[in-house]
Amino acid sequence: MDFAIQTEKLSRIYKIRGGKKSEPKSLAALSDINLEVHRGELFGLLGPNGAGKTTLIKVLTTLLAPTSGQAWVAGYDVAKDPEKVRPRINMVSGGESSGYGLLTVRENLWMFSQFYGIPSGEANRRIKQLLEIVGLADRLNTKSSDLSTGLRQKMNIVRGFLTDPEVLFLDEPTLGLDVGASREVRRFIRQWIDENRARTLLLTTHYMVEAEELCDRVAIVNQGKVLACDTPASLKRRLQQDVLFRLETSPLNGVGAEIFQSLPGVRKVTHRPQDGFAVLELILEEDSILSSVVNAMTTANICIINLQKREPTLEDVFVDLVGRSMEEVESSEQ
Amino acid sequence: MTTLALQNPKSRLRNFVVAAWLGWQIESNWTDPFLFAVYSVVKPISAAAILVVMYSIITQGNFDSPVFPYIYLGNTFYMYVGAIMTGISWTIIDDREHYKTLKYMYIAPISVPVYLIGRGVAKFIVGSISVTITILFGVFFLHVRIDPLAVNWPMFVLALVVGVLMLAMMGLMLAGVTLLTAHHYGAYGEAVAGALYLFSGAIFPLEVLPAYLRPVGYIMPTTYWLELIRRSLVGSVAQAFPTLSGLSDMQILGILVGLTVAFGILSIVVFRWCEYRARERGLIDRVTNY
Repeated sequence: MDFAIQTEKLSRIYKIRGGKKSEPKSLAALSDINLEVHRGELFGLLGPNGAGKTTLIKVLTTLLAPTSGQAWVAGYDVAKDPEKVRPRINMVSGGESSGYGLLTVRENLWMFSQFYGIPSGEANRRIKQLLEIVGLADRLNTKSSDLSTGLRQKMNIVRGFLTDPEVLFLDEPTLGLDVGASREVRRFIRQWIDENRARTLLLTTHYMVEAEELCDRVAIVNQGKVLACDTPASLKRRLQQDVLFRLETSPLNGVGAEIFQSLPGVRKVTHRPQDGFAVLELILEEDSILSSVVNAMTTANICIINLQKREPTLEDVFVDLVGRSMEEVESSEQ
Repeated sequence: MTTLALQNPKSRLRNFVVAAWLGWQIESNWTDPFLFAVYSVVKPISAAAILVVMYSIITQGNFDSPVFPYIYLGNTFYMYVGAIMTGISWTIIDDREHYKTLKYMYIAPISVPVYLIGRGVAKFIVGSISVTITILFGVFFLHVRIDPLAVNWPMFVLALVVGVLMLAMMGLMLAGVTLLTAHHYGAYGEAVAGALYLFSGAIFPLEVLPAYLRPVGYIMPTTYWLELIRRSLVGSVAQAFPTLSGLSDMQILGILVGLTVAFGILSIVVFRWCEYRARERGLIDRVTNY
């Protein structure tokens, strides 16, 4: 099988020193990761902040050495043949404003194109074309320091696509972008991969919608481990025998969501307080279990404002696998 | 079409030229042209003036002594040490912490040492402007006697080229060390340049140092480089000093070339080792925010 990216028992352990005298602590950012990404695939890594997504991208882009295991990109071992991997890849990290502020948008992009050996004329043609696609053509000669964070992010996205890599790594590409710009970027990403099936794209995100909308396959990662890997539809099918309800209720007033979790037939409950009310997401084994949940709420003096039965999402798959929502995982690790 | 920029000499040259272009854009555009010109003129002259005033007080204005051109030229050409060596190593801090582009350089199909040395070209140009202005200032206003007809120009050019290469390689070694350190250790370059100032015979002969410290000066290529530069510009005046007076110009050149090659090899080994460690420890894209 022709894989664009392959990892075998890939692990990365960071040693963290608390103080000069204290023993360093070990943090497993990646644990025995086995992944196979096919050529032509748009593959997503979905997980909360700190799940190990960026660490995996760093290893695959030759920036970070793995502690153990192996990884191949475009057929080459990232640890043994990094100089063969690099001409075939590119990367964009979201949510940062990298780039030389003193240079114009065109100069920044042209400079990087030269490092990849693209002839100057061809580079300028590609720059114009890509800037038009992302709606940045009128800023060609603007110093990048004069761009807003979102526009700088778009410039960086263009930098990644400019070299037309065999394998492109996008690390949270829409982080910090407004809704409209995110939509444009997602549309362009899908178009780029569909244009040429020799291209492969690995995207990390903690936005469920992004993974669901864009990716051919998704790996759900948490605490450095791959918990599941399949197409978004297949992942959601895991929950198809379950029933999902979204309830808006009066505030729980100290009543823990665990009391509902402990009811027979209730598989998972997540609770999110909002302005003046609470949102409960329930995964139940069957419809009839809902009555026992409603009874428990009535006993606890909790009023139901809204109740909705819905289709499973990747968020539900994550909750099913981890036991908590991505938001809860992120806030507990802060 | 995927573009494969192989590490052939042509690609390396292109990387070098683009890096030099980038360095110049950064170096010359950080302020408006007038301020840049003032900074390029006033800074080196002020540095030289401090030394001249100190010398004048200590020697009671004896500018005819051969000590004066020895000190003045040593101090002037030492500007290259700070500019090139510190400049190259500072690129790591600048790209990693300020522009946040170092990781993109590292995943690009370029030779990072070539890129870093290319970035140093702008520092060399700015340094050359400062050195030229300081020498002209010395000749016209401070009685530094340099006779253009008596200057050994081929030796001067050769010494300058070898010296610049040597400083670039030492800068590369420092850049490697900088890869492993946090932002606030960016002062390493300046610290090393400052230490070398003492051990290179820039403003006083090595004989002034305690005997146990002199060997440090004797293994530093900067010692031989400054001596050769002084000899090529002011000939016999420089030879009047004891440190290397027993050696001919060609012997000094030979030692300089030998030490440059040795330090060059050492620099590459150290840089590659530091790169390996930085990749192992995840430091290439670290932003320390100090």
